[in-house]
Amino acid sequence: MDVKEIISEPQSKQQETFPGHVIPTQGGGIITSTIQDVINWARSNSLWPLTFATSCCGIEMMSVAPSKYDFSRFGFEVARASPRQADVIIVAGTIVQKMAPVLKRLYDQMADPKYVIAMGACAISGGPFFYNTYSVVKGADHVIPVDVYIPGCPPRPEALLHALITLQGKIKSGLTREQIKANPIQL
Amino acid sequence: MDQDYIKQRLIEKFGEAVTGFESPYGMLTFEAPKEMNLKVLQFLYDDEHLKFRFLTDLCAVHYPDNKGRELAIVYLLHNLVDNVRIRFKVFSPINEAGAPYTADIYTATKLFEAANWLERETFDFFGINFVGHPNLKRIMNVEEMDYYPMLKQYPLEDQSRVDKDDEMFGRGGSVI
Repeated sequence: MDVKEIISEPQSKQQETFPGHVIPTQGGGIITSTIQDVINWARSNSLWPLTFATSCCGIEMMSVAPSKYDFSRFGFEVARASPRQADVIIVAGTIVQKMAPVLKRLYDQMADPKYVIAMGACAISGGPFFYNTYSVVKGADHVIPVDVYIPGCPPRPEALLHALITLQGKIKSGLTREQIKANPIQL
Repeated sequence: MDQDYIKQRLIEKFGEAVTGFESPYGMLTFEAPKEMNLKVLQFLYDDEHLKFRFLTDLCAVHYPDNKGRELAIVYLLHNLVDNVRIRFKVFSPINEAGAPYTADIYTATKLFEAANWLERETFDFFGINFVGHPNLKRIMNVEEMDYYPMLKQYPLEDQSRVDKDDEMFGRGGSVI
């Protein structure tokens, strides 16, 4: 089964509610779950993004923060300017060859667990600079592992919100690159 | 201070050496031999009427078909007191392919602090050696780069692409 199908599967209750089962007893109930599911659920609902905007996608990312789109509704409100405190790096813009070592260093400085979103055509493939360029890296995934790609030039703010929710689904399902590396699963 | 006055002062000082006076888009433009670039800049800087003491920009242009004058180095100067701008060019032949530098020009860093980064940028993209520059190394591109990307032998875009032809936008074009 495809990763995309698993994380968008409606019956996986992980998506919507607390992961576990309620056993009713007198005067309340008992929740049973696995510690891994609870950790993933907690992590996915408090993702702090690193502000890493290298070009026009950054403008769209900024517009997702204030009240009109408001990504704090989904738990992303605490945008950090320091990689030490961030959970997810949103690569919003063109990565040039001189920026690539800086991006790698920022990624290495982030504390585990860490996730990567590649926003826009440039971060996916080099975008409009794909042909005959002397300076542009053809995709952020040449430098760091990417969990979610957002197409667009630049993508709409709704697309970024969708990508953030998709990332939450991936974390809850245990299917981000980092989680797969730690616990190899059979799809 | 009008353009005729600047032109007259330059001809008084340098005579036949300054040539090519014109004013495209209303900005006085002239050229001088490349060995004289500092003398002309110094005169424009020191003269108590001309007072061109601000270097707005410094760049190069590559004209591969212009034999013996392949590279132009363009200085854009500003008189901040009277708000007058001029453009000053020197032309240089280009060195053989494979030479470490494409041309040698005296640096303007002693006259303008701003020339430091601008000359590094011009070196980075065109390979012009600014003789006497205190720190001539690449500024925009990665240091491992071993060519000068703005020279015309590197095409702007893949010439075989057809998806940007005018035909694709419904206005003629070369694709039939």
